[in-house]
Amino acid sequence: MVTLKINGKSHTVDASPDMPLLWVLRDLLGMNGTKFGCGVALCGACTVHLDGIPRRACVMPVSAAVGHAITTIEAIGDTPIGKKVQQAWLSLEVVQCGYCQSGQIMAASALLAKIPAPTDTDIDQAMSGNICRCGTYPRIREAIKQAAHKPATARKEG
Amino acid sequence: MGQMSRRQLLFAGAAAGGGFLLGWHLDALPRALAPTARGSQSGFAPNAFIRIGSDGRVTLIMNQVEMGQGTYTSMPMLLAEELEVGLDQVHLEHAPPDDKLYGLPGFGIQVTGASTSVRLLYEPLRRAGATARSMLVAAAAQTWNVDVASCRAQKGVVTHTPTGRKLAYGALADKAATLAVPENVALKDPKDFKLIGKPAKRLDTPAKVNGTAQYGIDIRLPGMKIATVAASPVVGGKVIDVDDSKAKAIKGVRQIVRLDDAVAVVADHMWAAKQGLKALVIRWDDGPNGTISTDDVVQGLAAASQKQGVIVRNDGDAPSALAGAPNKIESVYDVPFLAHAALEPINCTVHVTPDRCEVWTGSQILPRVQAGAAKVTGLPPEKVVVHNYYLGGAFGRRLEVDYVPQAVRIAQQVEGPVKVIWTREEDIQHDVYRPHYYDRISAALDARGRPIAWMHRIVGPSIFARWAPPIFKDGIDADAVDSAEQLLYDIPAIRVEYVRHEEPVVNTGFWRGVGNTHNNFVIESFMDELAAAAKQDPVAYRRALLNKSPRAKAVLDAAAQAAGWETPVPEGRGRGVSVLYCSWGSFLAQVAEVSVSKDGEVRVHRVVCAVDCGIVVNPDTVKAQIEGGIIFGISGALWGEVTLKNGRVEQSNFHDVRVMRINETPKIEVHLVRNLEAPGGIGEPGTSVTGAALANAVFAATGKRIRKLPLENQLRSA
Repeated sequence: MVTLKINGKSHTVDASPDMPLLWVLRDLLGMNGTKFGCGVALCGACTVHLDGIPRRACVMPVSAAVGHAITTIEAIGDTPIGKKVQQAWLSLEVVQCGYCQSGQIMAASALLAKIPAPTDTDIDQAMSGNICRCGTYPRIREAIKQAAHKPATARKEG
Repeated sequence: MGQMSRRQLLFAGAAAGGGFLLGWHLDALPRALAPTARGSQSGFAPNAFIRIGSDGRVTLIMNQVEMGQGTYTSMPMLLAEELEVGLDQVHLEHAPPDDKLYGLPGFGIQVTGASTSVRLLYEPLRRAGATARSMLVAAAAQTWNVDVASCRAQKGVVTHTPTGRKLAYGALADKAATLAVPENVALKDPKDFKLIGKPAKRLDTPAKVNGTAQYGIDIRLPGMKIATVAASPVVGGKVIDVDDSKAKAIKGVRQIVRLDDAVAVVADHMWAAKQGLKALVIRWDDGPNGTISTDDVVQGLAAASQKQGVIVRNDGDAPSALAGAPNKIESVYDVPFLAHAALEPINCTVHVTPDRCEVWTGSQILPRVQAGAAKVTGLPPEKVVVHNYYLGGAFGRRLEVDYVPQAVRIAQQVEGPVKVIWTREEDIQHDVYRPHYYDRISAALDARGRPIAWMHRIVGPSIFARWAPPIFKDGIDADAVDSAEQLLYDIPAIRVEYVRHEEPVVNTGFWRGVGNTHNNFVIESFMDELAAAAKQDPVAYRRALLNKSPRAKAVLDAAAQAAGWETPVPEGRGRGVSVLYCSWGSFLAQVAEVSVSKDGEVRVHRVVCAVDCGIVVNPDTVKAQIEGGIIFGISGALWGEVTLKNGRVEQSNFHDVRVMRINETPKIEVHLVRNLEAPGGIGEPGTSVTGAALANAVFAATGKRIRKLPLENQLRSA
């Protein structure tokens, strides 16, 4: 039995220590927002946060997630940065098929948590592990910038 | 295609559960059938229909599926525009599979693909909305006993203008259902459009940013098992034997299912299934294709290209003009197999019981999902229930249903429902690939360098002959020759030929941009060769040949101007241009700017694309589709290649199926050339127009003419 802290709640699951977190989330806990794309950390569709750091759940043994705060797409909107990222995604109509977007939003939220006003190079570095076959990259870039701009505006207002 | 029959029949009646139902039929059915249809859905089947409930709820039954292209927004826009309701008032329900009821006009197949949704449903959906509105207004006028002309509809409410009395659609629905369907309802003049042509927020996106959108792979059912599968690595191969002792010992593995051409591991979860699959020792009989490599495929195509093909277009006498020409240019082009690599791996969930089969998946072609399951189980189609979900990318891959019979055969051996998920490796190696094509093309130039004769011989398999045999006519595959047949350049002698050459070693099918992705690469690269031979500017050279095609000329001018074609190219870069016209009815021109490193790496800096797709429904969706199409096209042209060795696909995952990433993505500018021409397709042309623009830019930057894709391979080996 493994106990995990996911989105602020404790979950105990019957999983072998080497079972990747992705399949624990999807198949044992029914949290389907985190996606399977490649299984070998090449596409980023399964990106989650471990203590705020973006990680590929498809190659992360569940044992490595024990004792850490796991955040998934289902709860990223509860954080101020995640909420802003989601809003920017909708405001700029980033999404097409949407399958990669959970991972994109998780990667973007982690980037903005670390670097509040990322440069294009920062965006390239943080986001190049996330594949989008629909080709929404130009809008992802703009949406990250828009989301980055919002806290600054909020601070001015405050 | 695209024009609705004037004899179309609309029908109306009481909807189940109260309210008002309006449908239409796209075929010209005998008028006598109309009365039997009233008040009944069976007996007279609509292509799609609107339901307006007594509670005012407006439902559009959609025969098109959402795979990222925005059709769940553009289709309701068409309806809402004429029905006079807000876009937020329209609810969507997916149509069940039925070609007879929901087949696209001109295709007869209930399919989402070929950039058809807006092109073929633009008028039918508007007409349905206008007819319903007219009946609701008539119902209001009767209720108040006033002249219809004194009433008007807006936002789902009918107002009697002189007195200000109002009735909502919901209150009028039951009465409207009893009225006769008007024969000819006027559609709006486009200048009066409130929704069409204005950016609309997509309706499917909120669920796609918070993880709640449901794709096929997300289905969960009580008692469901998860399976993953290894099919024969060679097409036509069979399982000889399986040692599953190690797989069965893995915790969570429940069952090994052996089919004649595949082995599946059924487990409690995907992790156990994947481990189990890895632990299987399968001995395969490769069959007749087990020794074939890519070189064999190319040799087969090259040999076939020596024969004359079926003549697709024949203006003037191109062979004679070429035979006697002093200035003649001849080239051979060659494009590889391509994988789709949609990010949602192929998956299908099935529950088979003795008298019923249920299927959960994401498909572009639901009736074939149903038929595929019916055939395997022997059940009548009506006993096969198909549930469709959002598609996590499709790009043509989900026009095929090969994975459905496979999943059903597995499910037949499993107690309860089973979700079959392909690993990424299985998805790449068992795709239905874009065909490998081989083209011979030649032209004769006059003394001023203008082409006076053009011959284009296209060699490749026919997808239509397999996928929709009635469309394969007189030996011509309309897709394989698309855009070559419609060549817009003003050349006195044009001959286009098609040589059908099937390669048994892999399955080939539609890939975003389909036939004209390959043809446009050939034609527009070759036009560049001609311009170079004539020592003329590539834009000016094309422009001089487009006097009979003002829309093509207009997009070429728009793209050239926006790209600053006349301004110097930044140091070390080259600009390339391409123009596209094909059966989708849209005109595109593109200018790409690239640089090429010493070791042959191509960096795409900027892409400018001008698009005339006629009437635009949702301009932001058009831009998004073109942006995405260009990026898909860059991935394909620079790196895309599926190769075979010993009958096996050599690539397996995103380390060797290279696709564009954000750090490689150029600045993309899309310019819409707006007019009131009939709407054209936009899902695919952005991809089709890209390859040639890149190859021409590479030529401008390096002087190297690449006639074989992918570009980077050739630059490295050159």
